[in-house]
Amino acid sequence: MGKIENLDFKKNTLRKINNYLQNISYKNNKREFTVKNPSGHHALCAGLTESISVKINGHVGYYCGGMNQKAHITINGNAGTGLGENMMSGLIHVKGNASQSAGATAHGGTIIIDGDTSSRCGISMKGIDIIVKGSVGHMSGFMAQSGTMLICGDAGEALGDSIYETVIYLAGKPKSLGVDCVEKKINKKDIKKIEDLLKIGKIKKYKVKHFKKFGSQRKLYNFNIDNISDY
Amino acid sequence: MCGIVGLYLKKKKLHKKLGFYLSGMLDNMSSRGPDSAGFAIYNNKESKKYYKYSLCLNNTLSSDFEQVVKQKFKDITIKNISDHIVVQTTTTPKKFISYIHKNFIPISLVGYGRSIEIFKQVGNPSEIVKKFKLENFSGSHAIGHTRMATESAITVDGSHPYSTGEDECLVHNGSLSNHNNLRRELIKKGKKFDSLNDTEVAAGYISQKLSENKSMKKTLTESLTDLDGFYTFIAGTNKGFAVLRDEIACKPAVIAENNDYVAVASEFQAMAHLPYVNKSNIYEPKPGVVYTWGK
Repeated sequence: MGKIENLDFKKNTLRKINNYLQNISYKNNKREFTVKNPSGHHALCAGLTESISVKINGHVGYYCGGMNQKAHITINGNAGTGLGENMMSGLIHVKGNASQSAGATAHGGTIIIDGDTSSRCGISMKGIDIIVKGSVGHMSGFMAQSGTMLICGDAGEALGDSIYETVIYLAGKPKSLGVDCVEKKINKKDIKKIEDLLKIGKIKKYKVKHFKKFGSQRKLYNFNIDNISDY
Repeated sequence: MCGIVGLYLKKKKLHKKLGFYLSGMLDNMSSRGPDSAGFAIYNNKESKKYYKYSLCLNNTLSSDFEQVVKQKFKDITIKNISDHIVVQTTTTPKKFISYIHKNFIPISLVGYGRSIEIFKQVGNPSEIVKKFKLENFSGSHAIGHTRMATESAITVDGSHPYSTGEDECLVHNGSLSNHNNLRRELIKKGKKFDSLNDTEVAAGYISQKLSENKSMKKTLTESLTDLDGFYTFIAGTNKGFAVLRDEIACKPAVIAENNDYVAVASEFQAMAHLPYVNKSNIYEPKPGVVYTWGK
């Protein structure tokens, strides 16, 4: 392939475009790339390992930016299921909405979603920061282990169900809280974190005072002897 | 997995392109369902006095069928497409369907109504749309399905759309877990089923409710309590179609709406070829909410 202008789905296949972006040499001076006409293709920009910047003009399908390391990916459109799934580092910025399970099991880096996400956002996340400027769907933060979610809008049913040590900052209202998820008091560390995330997301409409903090009550961590009769 | 698609054209001038757009949608959904495919086209153009019967020949010679049927019924036209035939006649469903079942046992009724035509076949969806020359069809709205078989065998009987009432059809992505019980209940109420498929039961359930004069919106809202399992449905009538996702919403769906059309599909990929789709209002149907379009 070689030529940058061919990162166009009208001229090239998904496999070739991914293969090209996955094999950019660290010695390469060209660090910025634009992908055109993604047409909802799946697994675009999955497995990138270099600190490059990729702009995608259009809507993408499932698992965009999955397993990402170091790369900065900007999507000028919507994203399908599993955006940035298992991401390790780097940044993904979606200008539109993201579908379900955005940031699932992701270990690090940042995802910024300008619009809404549907169900199970941040499911089983393991250290990533997820910033959602809109609302999130039901079961968001399900079994989330580590990292932070900052949500400017509302949350669907069962927010943070069976949550571990992920912290959720929510400006809107949760339809309901999941099992073992409770509201917590905001401390100095939280204020700093919220300020940082607002800065990263370039969010001016919301201030620290708008957010409530939710996290684990840690009641599910150990077996409760009162439940012995259930077994 | 399965792929489902639906397209409702708001402007009459686009009607002649319905088949062309839908064939692209099904083609793009081949990856979600490579086992079989089917589609229902609604065209209200023909005179109201006719019924259309979509039949699958299943190895019966179309010439033999035509000869006998043309002698038996007057005012009849027959359209032959691949292994399907569409019979247009003034004969009422009760009379015509029982005649077919009695005299042409191998032939199966795929669907009937005043505006619906249904086609389904086993094989790769990209090939199937070519065989049926889907590109040439015109109409106001259409529904399609590409199947990855889970609940029953890879046969025409197990393929979607399922039509269990006049001008009605259903496509389904997902699986139902209480379909055996529900099938028994519906059989008691007089419904007949041709397969062991779960979706056929859901289609029968919807037909039953509609025949009790319930609206599509009410029917689908009630289905949230009565149907147990995972689903995204697109249910069609001659007026339009409705979309429903179960409340857990594991099965995907995306909607693109603009002044010209409403497109529904399992994935955005399916509609990427539609005109101005990137400028449309694109959203996911909310879990447990019924969406309807039509007259």
